[in-house]
Amino acid sequence: MDLSKLTALEAGKLIKNREISVTEITKAALDNIDKTDKNYKAFVTVCHDEALKQAEEVQKKIDDGTLTSPLAGVPMAVKDNMCTKGILTTASSKILTGFKPFYNATAVEKLEKAGGVLLGKLNMDEFAMGSTTETSYYGPTFNPWGENRVPGGSSGGSAVAVATDQAYYTLGSDTGGSIRQPCSFCGITGIKPTYGAVSRYGLLAYASSLDQIGPMGKTVEDVAEVLSIISGHDPKDSTSFNQEALKFNLENNVKGKRIGIPVEYFGKGLDADVKTRVLEAAKKLESMGAVVEEFNMPELDYAIPTYYIVACAEASSNLSRYDGVKYGYCTPEFEDLTDLYCKSRSEGFGMEVKRRIMIGAFVLSSGYYDAYYKKALQVKAIIKNSFDKAFEKYDVILSPTAPTTALKMGENLSDPLKMYLGDIYTVSVNLAGLPSMVVPCGFDSNGLPVGLQLTGKAFSENTLMNIAYSYQQETDFHLKKPVLKKEMEA
Amino acid sequence: MVIDDKMIDYIGELARLRLQENERESAKNEMNKIIDYMDTLNKIDTNGIEAMSHAFPVKNVFRKDEVKPSINREDLLLNAPDKSEEAFKVPKTFD
Amino acid sequence: MEFLTTMGLEVHCELSTKTKIFCSCSTEFGGEPNTHVCEVCTGMPGSLPVLNEQVVEYAIRTGIATNCTITQYNKFDRKNYFYPDLPKAYQVSQLYLPICQNGHIDIEVNGVKKAIRIKEIHMEEDAGKLIHDPWEDCTLVDYNRCGVPLLEIVSEPDFESGEEVIAYLTKLKSILQYIGVSDCKMEQGSLRADVNISVRPVGQKELGTRTEMKNINSFKAIARAIEGERQRQIDVIEDGGKVVQETRRWDDTKGMSYAMRSKENAQDYRYFPEPDLVPIEISDEWIERVKNSLPELPEEKKARYISEYNLPEYDVDIITGSKYLVRIFEGALEVCGEAKEVSNWIMGEVLRLASETSTEVEDIKFSPENLGKLIVLVKKKVINRNTAKEVFEKMFSENIEPEQYIKDNGLEMVNDDGAVLAVVKSVIEANPKAVAEFKGGSAKVKGFFVGQCMKQLKGKADPATVNKIIAEELEKL
Repeated sequence: MDLSKLTALEAGKLIKNREISVTEITKAALDNIDKTDKNYKAFVTVCHDEALKQAEEVQKKIDDGTLTSPLAGVPMAVKDNMCTKGILTTASSKILTGFKPFYNATAVEKLEKAGGVLLGKLNMDEFAMGSTTETSYYGPTFNPWGENRVPGGSSGGSAVAVATDQAYYTLGSDTGGSIRQPCSFCGITGIKPTYGAVSRYGLLAYASSLDQIGPMGKTVEDVAEVLSIISGHDPKDSTSFNQEALKFNLENNVKGKRIGIPVEYFGKGLDADVKTRVLEAAKKLESMGAVVEEFNMPELDYAIPTYYIVACAEASSNLSRYDGVKYGYCTPEFEDLTDLYCKSRSEGFGMEVKRRIMIGAFVLSSGYYDAYYKKALQVKAIIKNSFDKAFEKYDVILSPTAPTTALKMGENLSDPLKMYLGDIYTVSVNLAGLPSMVVPCGFDSNGLPVGLQLTGKAFSENTLMNIAYSYQQETDFHLKKPVLKKEMEA
Repeated sequence: MVIDDKMIDYIGELARLRLQENERESAKNEMNKIIDYMDTLNKIDTNGIEAMSHAFPVKNVFRKDEVKPSINREDLLLNAPDKSEEAFKVPKTFD
Repeated sequence: MEFLTTMGLEVHCELSTKTKIFCSCSTEFGGEPNTHVCEVCTGMPGSLPVLNEQVVEYAIRTGIATNCTITQYNKFDRKNYFYPDLPKAYQVSQLYLPICQNGHIDIEVNGVKKAIRIKEIHMEEDAGKLIHDPWEDCTLVDYNRCGVPLLEIVSEPDFESGEEVIAYLTKLKSILQYIGVSDCKMEQGSLRADVNISVRPVGQKELGTRTEMKNINSFKAIARAIEGERQRQIDVIEDGGKVVQETRRWDDTKGMSYAMRSKENAQDYRYFPEPDLVPIEISDEWIERVKNSLPELPEEKKARYISEYNLPEYDVDIITGSKYLVRIFEGALEVCGEAKEVSNWIMGEVLRLASETSTEVEDIKFSPENLGKLIVLVKKKVINRNTAKEVFEKMFSENIEPEQYIKDNGLEMVNDDGAVLAVVKSVIEANPKAVAEFKGGSAKVKGFFVGQCMKQLKGKADPATVNKIIAEELEKL
């Protein structure tokens, strides 16, 4: 049996039934990473020793009955912008060279409490700024579905680790589509939960009002299970909602569910194959009993500029703490304090990060605040309002996740504005704080996966999961696997 | 062209970033393109609309005034590039 | 040329909460560097702030006590700048919607009353401390103070003299101490003031260009800084120059201010709403509850002391000027019920000893109840006034309990008239010469008899009784 092909819940069941020990499955996963990841570079750090040690402890707790989660003992990995106690946490940036936090992110802490075994930290666009995982200081991650294709981003490592069966599930973070777009590009399932559903404590902030941690996995069931573990109120995050962890009750039934399709999302710039696959998915749901209807949401045209103003502004402030004094990279030679700050930051950050920090400083600067930042917050209110109206009529909004399938490496890197425009279907959701889920819905003519995006109103994760679950019961796109390049055993 | 050399210097000073000569021109171009694009927001009438900093009306999240133990100083200083036994070190500040 | 001076004040006051504003680290003063810290107050990556409710409570209290309107929907903003004492490179503060607005404090200088308007009060976090290391010629950063809650109390430019500034600060300090939000210890930096100052020739309507002097931390230094800066600006103008708007540092030892480097003057703080904290909504009920829980403020107390206890205004001013003297007054009064007596003790012995021993009133140790007991003991003639003063000195230095102390040292008065009579008789008998003088018509000699008797009685008799018995006995001769 190839253990790596199992879903997270299947693996958890084997462990629970004592058909396999936590150490065995962890060892197998680590071996698999050693063989596979040279070709895909999903991991920035692999925690060989820590994972095996953790596996033993988890096994003990399963044996003595203290650990009962269906995912107890299942190996996983998290994006490298989440703090892991004593383990390198870099956000794929040179500026965090050598940084080992003395605290865990709450989401990581919750997974560990449930018996998750941490295999390592996953590659990403530097500070989650990018949609290709090419801006990582540690080099790009490769999409297993096509030669020289980007995995999407910024949670590219999290997507590829699942798509290549190196981790049973992963955590990503989504500020403007960073969970959903790589899910789409890599043919896996994932969700950006409602803002405030999962604690942001210990997540290295990019844009605090938009960032949200979410699970990425092989099936809706896996993703739902992980989300039920990591969600819920955290007294350490003031913006986390004061409510219990999310619970899911999955049923194959979409009868009567009202699905809205915004016409604006199917116009110019959308790849023909992507459009076809997504509309086929809509048909499929209709055939299963859902009510599908087109509607207009013209405000969505303003989502990208609004998003980039808000995100860059917050980023410029959030990333000011990286100055070469308390942790991370410090320039070797400097004349005085200002020189130390400027050199450490200019050498420690990559170009895309510097660009966003500078745009952010500009839109907040004296004389420009009202024209850009304040204006963006007003448009944000308009966008939120138009979603509220749409959800009076619909249970979910169905759309593509990205205008294209996985791009060729380097294609967008030279043209930042073009890269930003690729976020057209995802960023509005973050501005409005809504939950949004992606499931595979077919392939383009190059055999690259296409992802279907389902967006709901705040805290409608159960509805989204049910529709996505029903869809996966009637389709097999999520079961398709890429052919992997692995180092053969000697 | 809002972003000229002067503006690049000014923002650079605010953000403590210095661009290399070879980065400068392209940064100026890209940023101007991006900011021009952001200017499309001017087409939308936002008169009388309240700026929305938080998407949800959560309010009054407080903590009780109860002391919890602080962390070990060694942990705090663990990652510091330059430090003494008890503090972070920086170049002499103006006083 | 004659000049007018206009000043505004920004006062920073550290709140006396147990924990910091956004984390549960202790705010205790002192402590080894970097021992009252965690990932939140040192701005470690991924850490998030959670607001201490007590800070809001204290801010509302302060707002009410300074006649402000409470902003019932208020928010935090980030103020962005780089400096090593600010680990996140932004300070969480309130710019757009500060918690209190439009208040005032009434002051009185040389008999003239004046209201100083308060523009706003906002909540914010304190920065860390930079320590110069002379051995390595570098700076060490200690984050213990980082995140200690501050109120910044911003006045309108209503001050025209240094006396007004000092009167305002004195009043503000006493209010803040009264309502228990801050200990206002200037030497520990828990009360600091920035002064905005401008001068203009008499007759000119618009205000002159102002400069700001930062972080002056004693009343005396503030008075000197104001006078120094005022004179400097006048000199600049009289020499035909122009005052430059800038931040200046007051060097109190040198007695002069100097401009801070222009880089530190570049002020584009790029304020924006703090996304990691949620807005604060203060209900009418909350304000009402705080209002009802507020202790009597200095003004109200002063009026009541005068009307209820009939005390002189001068004494009341001094007592109500300090929360600590009020504590002594009210504590002692509760035990003895003699307002006038207590007031006299405070104005006399308490302040005398405090001044002789250079003790700040907040550091006075004796328990007010013991002063009350002492007064009762005098009233009941257990001891006389002179003994009481001796006992009080002991109380002041060692906080002894007077009753026990008097017992242990046998200081009770001789209240037995028979015993006094016996002493008087023996003194008269032993001093025939003085008796002769008395008979010769010298009334002065009576004092001699009293002195002799008191000496034999070791001072422990009621002088009035002794006087009376001596008079009676001498009459009989």
